[in-house]
Amino acid sequence: MNAHIRKISILALLALAVLAPLGQGNYIVYVLTSWLIFAIAAMGLNLTLGYAGQISLAQASFMAIGAYTTALLTLSGWHWMLAMPLGLTACFVVGLLLGYPALRVKGHFLAFVTLAFNTLVFLVLRNEDWLTGGSYGLVGMPRPDFGLFKTMKQLHFYYFTLGITVLAALAMWGIVRSPWGRAFKALRENPIRAESLGVDTRRITLLAFAIGSVYGGLAGALITPLVQFIEPGSFGLAHSLRILLMVVVGGAGYFFGPFLGAGVVILLPEILRFTEGYYLIIYSALVIVMLVFVPTGLIGVWGRIRERFWPRQQVRADMSEGARLK
Amino acid sequence: MSQFLQVLLSGLATGSIYALVAIGFTLVWQAAQTVNFAQGEFVMLPAFFVLIGMSVFGMPLWIALIFGLAISIVVLGVLFKKMIVEPILPHGGITLIIATMALGILLKESVKEFYSAEAQPFPSLFPGDPINVFGAVLSLQDVFNLVISLGIVVLLTLFLNRTRTGRCMQATAQNPAVAEILGVNVKRMILYTFLINAALAALASFLITPVYLAKFSNGETLGLIAFIAAIVGGFNQIRGAIAGGLLIGVLDNLTAAYVTAQYRAALPLVLLIVIILVRPQGILGTSEGRTV
Amino acid sequence: MYHKHLLAISTALLATAGMAQAQETVKIGTVAELSGPGAPAGTNWRDGIKIAVEEINAEGGILGKKIELSEYDTQTDPQVSRALVQKAIDAGAYAILGTIYSGSTMVNMLVAQQNSIPQFVGSEAPGIVEKGNPFVFRTSSGAQKGVPALTTYFKDTLKAKKVAVAWVNNEFGKGGRNVFVEEMKKAGIEVVADVPSEQAQTDYAADIAKLKQANPDAVFVYMNQEESARFLIEAKKQSLAMPLVGEVTLTEAKVIELAGGAAEGAIAHVGVTATATDVPGIGAFAKKFETTFKRRPTHDAIKGYVGAWTTKYVTEMVGELDGEAFAEKMHGLCLKAADHPKILLDTCWDDRGEMSRPSFMVQVKNGAPVVIGTVPAN
Repeated sequence: MNAHIRKISILALLALAVLAPLGQGNYIVYVLTSWLIFAIAAMGLNLTLGYAGQISLAQASFMAIGAYTTALLTLSGWHWMLAMPLGLTACFVVGLLLGYPALRVKGHFLAFVTLAFNTLVFLVLRNEDWLTGGSYGLVGMPRPDFGLFKTMKQLHFYYFTLGITVLAALAMWGIVRSPWGRAFKALRENPIRAESLGVDTRRITLLAFAIGSVYGGLAGALITPLVQFIEPGSFGLAHSLRILLMVVVGGAGYFFGPFLGAGVVILLPEILRFTEGYYLIIYSALVIVMLVFVPTGLIGVWGRIRERFWPRQQVRADMSEGARLK
Repeated sequence: MSQFLQVLLSGLATGSIYALVAIGFTLVWQAAQTVNFAQGEFVMLPAFFVLIGMSVFGMPLWIALIFGLAISIVVLGVLFKKMIVEPILPHGGITLIIATMALGILLKESVKEFYSAEAQPFPSLFPGDPINVFGAVLSLQDVFNLVISLGIVVLLTLFLNRTRTGRCMQATAQNPAVAEILGVNVKRMILYTFLINAALAALASFLITPVYLAKFSNGETLGLIAFIAAIVGGFNQIRGAIAGGLLIGVLDNLTAAYVTAQYRAALPLVLLIVIILVRPQGILGTSEGRTV
Repeated sequence: MYHKHLLAISTALLATAGMAQAQETVKIGTVAELSGPGAPAGTNWRDGIKIAVEEINAEGGILGKKIELSEYDTQTDPQVSRALVQKAIDAGAYAILGTIYSGSTMVNMLVAQQNSIPQFVGSEAPGIVEKGNPFVFRTSSGAQKGVPALTTYFKDTLKAKKVAVAWVNNEFGKGGRNVFVEEMKKAGIEVVADVPSEQAQTDYAADIAKLKQANPDAVFVYMNQEESARFLIEAKKQSLAMPLVGEVTLTEAKVIELAGGAAEGAIAHVGVTATATDVPGIGAFAKKFETTFKRRPTHDAIKGYVGAWTTKYVTEMVGELDGEAFAEKMHGLCLKAADHPKILLDTCWDDRGEMSRPSFMVQVKNGAPVVIGTVPAN
């Protein structure tokens, strides 16, 4: 019964995503596309933060690695479909190298290391202009062309991005549902017990971080053909923070949280336009208020309302308090 | 030679201000086991309280400084503790860390919208007379920065080690449960820590802003530097924060002068990663006994 | 099938709605850095435009139609700026005013070009007019024009044999630095120190110490406002003795306010300056700006003002609202201040959208910038 409702609502949402851009101006289609892309980045970070309980402040720099790899290769004539996997591989390897030392020690050291890493990546992209174009960035990357399906038009590119997003979401669904993904839940529920039951928490956390970084790279690989211009400033620390807040606002540890969170962050400036410059003030104040009252994010708000009016049996013990961040 | 001395002394003077901010970091870390990502904004804001005191209420500088200090202690100490840390801490450390990130944005954007998006001049507390030291030039301001920062550290260390309240605070930081059993008012001790952090941030603000100028975005740079200083020096030791602050101040200048100006900002970051790799408790820190 | 119909109907509806409106007003989109690091420049640009639009509407608008001005905040993010130029054009903008940061302009000018919409920008990076975009027009000379105007000053007035350059390492600073180094090479002047610094850098001691060590005859300083002020403060502390010469920013009112006494003696080449009050148009504008916004206008404000007025002048020369005809008219056009007073100074645009007009050498004396010479248009 419940599974049915779930399936139907997912299909309905998907149909909505297909119909949403029809008849809209280019600007709205652009906004919707960047919503999908940031949702992918946030989905990856959700694995790190929501499931593995580690803060990463480098998601924007993984986007940069994905974006620059894809840009440089497509500019030299590679097809996007070949360039993108290379970017993702780079992100995975860098994620492992970065996460390994940080996760050796308990505490929030991954946050510190990724914070430093994000700024380092910015400096390298800006200074090594023989490769990256320096502060002027790279311009004129082609959009992928699949013979019959060309993505030069904004609407076509949206559907292309939507397709990739659905694939990425399915892959994530598989990861979270796999036995390996279940180990996360054990980890989140009770790390000490998980460890005593033979779950190698460190290895799992490290893999979660590396896979989360790959999703960042995928988002970057999509930004490149969308904007057709990349420069170091678009991948600064502030952007990592922005993605982190997307995850938290949507609901860390919930599968659909990143979509909701990215939607809020991308669309909020549109909705709060009447407040002129104040929207960031309102947004950040709302985030704090939310964290005080409903730390589980907007999906958690919905859960509370549902519990209040339609109480039902607890299905997942680990979610009794929502996905708790430690 | 004079260039080296110049770079070294200036680095120490700036580094001593970083140290003040870094100490606040470590104190809050010890008391609440949280990382305050709004610390940079905590340094940006007090200067604006002073400017408001002078321009809106017409106060002379020294009254405005006291006013700024008092407001900082109330807003960044008491209110921060009561309205953000206390209600959010039970939800978990990560939630609180993220809340401080949102707070940073809130403070920064508020100053920008309600005060000014442009940088503002800030009156100098000390005469800028240059002092010549073997060919290097220091201003009186630099000397005072060093003296005040180191003086504060000495006072703070004395307070923490020699007074009853100070020792209670240390006990609270080390093991709140045991401290509670021993009759320490743990809540009050934690509050004191936040007040001291606010006061240190305000002081750092008053010292650095005459040169750095008052701007809403100042916290981005200052927060990052102080943060690195705290981790490099040792996140759980006051003297670690001092060492880290001075080290970063000097290293930054030395890199720019002798190695590469393009990558001057990279060196502290590389140092941070190396430290976490080989000595996660920091140069002067002690390894934490806590396991969970 | 159904969707196709829906699409067709809604597009048709939108189109008619757009046309009905276009007949009553002329829509102009200001796309600028109203928040983020570029906010000081962007808000001045916007406020300069606001004054111009008020004046134009008071005179009956463009071709008898009132201007309807919409603001778009790029948050100093190139990607957002690109989306917003698209949005402004979707909303029916006839012309785009902005952006100022070159990184943003480089991206969003492609959108205006694709839609044949004229765009006035405040950016000074050389690359902007080198892309063969026929719809982009500057409101101040690019760095590749402004900086060379300084060469004669270094060579003939200062008689410099060796110089140093201190620049902020972002897209703005790098552009100026590259042109300067190139120019010095051509003029046979040696660059003995090349000192980049970070945006929002706290400590300039190492930078100044390096310059002192290199001991050049003059230093070219190319930084944003606060960075210029911090640089000047440290330079005074270490008593850096040689002349400090900048382009535009170094002698701006804001920099003088921030640096206090440390700005004394600083020299800069400026395209337009609110201090050139003996130019009647500039004096009147500066006064109006100060009474409206309670602060002094920067050169960005004047640039915005000129951009808005040029839109009116040239559209009325064309006689209709046609972006392509407008762009065609602009190329090779010279407007005389005598005939078009709000253009402020005699101004020409070449076939790439680059502009040229007479400029000034300014020096800070007794806490105020003073015009010490004029440079003919180059």
